[in-house]
Amino acid sequence: MHIPDGFLDTKTWVALSAVSTGFVALSVVRANRKIGEKHVPLMGIMSAFIFAAQMLNFPVAGGTSGHFMGAVLAAVLMGPFAGTLIMSIVLAVQCLMFADGGITALGANIFNMGVVGSLSGYLIYFLLSSAIKGKTGKLIGIFIASWASIVLAASACAAELALSGTIALNVALPAMAGVHMIIGIGEALITTTVLTLILAARPDLLELTKI
Amino acid sequence: MKKIIAIGLIVSLVLAILLSPFASSSPDGLEKVGEDKGFIEKAHSLLTGLLPDYLFPGVSNEKIATAIAGGLGVLIVFGITYLLMLMIRKKDKSKQI
Repeated sequence: MHIPDGFLDTKTWVALSAVSTGFVALSVVRANRKIGEKHVPLMGIMSAFIFAAQMLNFPVAGGTSGHFMGAVLAAVLMGPFAGTLIMSIVLAVQCLMFADGGITALGANIFNMGVVGSLSGYLIYFLLSSAIKGKTGKLIGIFIASWASIVLAASACAAELALSGTIALNVALPAMAGVHMIIGIGEALITTTVLTLILAARPDLLELTKI
Repeated sequence: MKKIIAIGLIVSLVLAILLSPFASSSPDGLEKVGEDKGFIEKAHSLLTGLLPDYLFPGVSNEKIATAIAGGLGVLIVFGITYLLMLMIRKKDKSKQI
């Protein structure tokens, strides 16, 4: 759901660039307080993995494809604001090097996937894994949070398109949320599988200080 | 930790180099909605980027061009994140885990 140049009007992309700059600055401040020696290479790996996995578009119904987003994977392992930082770096490289996502829409894309995706996804995971105890609670939380992160990010994208006058909200929202409810199942399956493997092999990685 | 980094980088490189050339090229969710609702033609690129569309320039075989671009992307994203996090951490050298 990388928004290209041309979909957002000036007021919308300028406002979202400002909001995202604020969230990235806040994330840097939090990271500075909490980052440990182990976080540095692990966050590098997390970015690299998310970048690679985002290249793998899988077919979904009706001649559409979807790809992994990764915000909840990063947030569950490293913390919600680490998720924001990782998504921001991946999106910035995709935009500047690969022309994937517009430069004027970078703030909006960081907001949708890095802020809405990571922070709301982590909140849902936190609430569910606190309510349901043990490994089951963790995995249910991860599955639902990663599905919801896609649907919420896509809904934010629809709202921005509507705010820009590109398409009416009552058309954009059901269309964007609808297709991403299907893509979100892929997100949930991938995130849950990766985290199940990590929980089995290195459960200590889920116990790192959350940024 | 070194083992985790090695495994993580190898998995990421395998995904980007070996699998990405075979990814679906169908429009993604947003592009599909743009096509169906008639606003896709508004899309344009102000920046072309060094490797637009994840294709390494000058390589005629599209699968190989994607594989090279993907592999480079993984290393660049890893390097940039690593350096930025090192800088964020180095702002206060007293911190230890």
